Amino acid sequence: MLKANILTDKLRQDKWWISPMLVLLGLLSFVIYSTWAAWQGEYFWWSGGSEGFGGYLSPFYSPTVYIDPSKPGVPPLDFSLLGSWPQWLSWLPGQSPAWLILIFPLSFRFTCYYYRKAYYRAFSLNPPACAVQPIKGVPSQISSITNGNINAFNSGDRYDGERGLLLFQNIHRYAMYFAVIFIFILSYDAFLAFFNNGKLGFGLGTFILTINPILLGCYTFGCHSLRHLIGGNLDCYSCSLYKDKVTHSSWKFVTFLNRRHQLFAWLSLVWVGLSDVYVRLVSMGIINDINTWGI
Amino acid sequence: MKERDFKIYRGDDERGELVNYKCNVSEGMVVLDVIHRIQADQANDLACRWNCKAGKCGSCSVEINGKPRLACMTRMNELDDNETVVITPLKSFPVMKDIVSDVSWNYEQNQKIKPFSPSKKDTEKDFVMMQKDVDRVQHFRKCIECYLCQNMCHVIRDNEGKDKFAGPRYMTRLASLEMHPMDNADRIEDVKDLHGSGMCNITRCCTEVCPEEIQITDDAIIPLKERVVDRFYDPIMMLFRKLFGKKKETTN
Repeated sequence: MLKANILTDKLRQDKWWISPMLVLLGLLSFVIYSTWAAWQGEYFWWSGGSEGFGGYLSPFYSPTVYIDPSKPGVPPLDFSLLGSWPQWLSWLPGQSPAWLILIFPLSFRFTCYYYRKAYYRAFSLNPPACAVQPIKGVPSQISSITNGNINAFNSGDRYDGERGLLLFQNIHRYAMYFAVIFIFILSYDAFLAFFNNGKLGFGLGTFILTINPILLGCYTFGCHSLRHLIGGNLDCYSCSLYKDKVTHSSWKFVTFLNRRHQLFAWLSLVWVGLSDVYVRLVSMGIINDINTWGI
Repeated sequence: MKERDFKIYRGDDERGELVNYKCNVSEGMVVLDVIHRIQADQANDLACRWNCKAGKCGSCSVEINGKPRLACMTRMNELDDNETVVITPLKSFPVMKDIVSDVSWNYEQNQKIKPFSPSKKDTEKDFVMMQKDVDRVQHFRKCIECYLCQNMCHVIRDNEGKDKFAGPRYMTRLASLEMHPMDNADRIEDVKDLHGSGMCNITRCCTEVCPEEIQITDDAIIPLKERVVDRFYDPIMMLFRKLFGKKKETTN
């Protein structure tokens, strides 16, 4: 038999497909849920009926650029950055402020070096797993299945790596700049969650909305581009006192988080979705928030 | 002692077959021991390459049940008791004989890399390299050139990228030179064009397979890609370089 027919076959017998399948399910679930949640444009804020300082705001809708106050479960107009929903944006589905901001976290995650691995494996199947043939098109070497349990697939399309159209992945550092701004915005939202109508307190929603920017921060500040820009671009740390003390320490901190980038990528993704689910359910009155305000 | 089933590729670069063998496996044996036992008892003409049997020479790279691994570091008790162990040569390179591959393409990639180029000033004086600068480039030196990463890389393995991408091993070498405080050569344009950093799509199989646990993707390939972005794709960095006349981003 031709050597190519033996060695081109997928000889891996282990359950290599579990990991890409879980990633596929995880990412797909999040995309479907977040699209649905962004489409709603309502029930993304809760303050127990009061309109003073504080309240829970879903991270999918923060910052609230425009608000349509006629909808249920939305903050009062004072919470809006630019006022009520403008006429020229009436074409947006659900008149939802989420559409105006989700592009920033989405572009950060889409161009993230971890997520690239995840979706190249799970969605484009090139490769679906290590030492497994890229799956594109139909099995084309049926005749080579002679040793049992061997499947044959041929890579059909031409592979060009992250060149051509995929050069856009290089915007990642710009997406990161915006992602850092969002950490501060969501931290302010977490601060607001400690108040209800100006009264300091604590609830389950406070806990959820406080963990959210922490996990997002651990993910964002472990970014590969940040690691490069903060000191990875240098060749010599000990060449000046500043680089020795400040740059190297910063680089080491980012490196610490960067080693856990995959972990925080998933934790923060799940938590941001969970935060929206919680605020939505409380705002809709389906569940009651356990809190110290007694509401 | 337990008898186990093996299939070993026998043939050359053109034709071959998976030949069945049975071999008694005792406690503590690694796959390389099995190959040697089969070679001694059943197939005297079975070709295999090995040297140190300690995971430090990188000679005995093969594919075991479809996964690139060092035969000397794969213990038999890691493999399922009932499965037939399939041993094949590295898929990405030509077969010389049986499970021995011709990895000379890798040496050609190495020759394309601009060598270490310290400045005259640095070589004349006693250059003191501090530990924190050593740390970053030193772990690249752990590479044993087993070429498992080269073999595992899907660009080379499945997408016929040998003429476009130097592979993870040489991205690692390029990173170790680019990040060296004494080095003055500028390789960033070469990293992009000649060595093809854009061909890598960060699927990290090279890192997963590395027996020395070098963080190839995070510490070598991505930093090099980011330096390429600095040079060719980031307008702010490009403007900064234009204004301040920095020819090499990484020069300190």
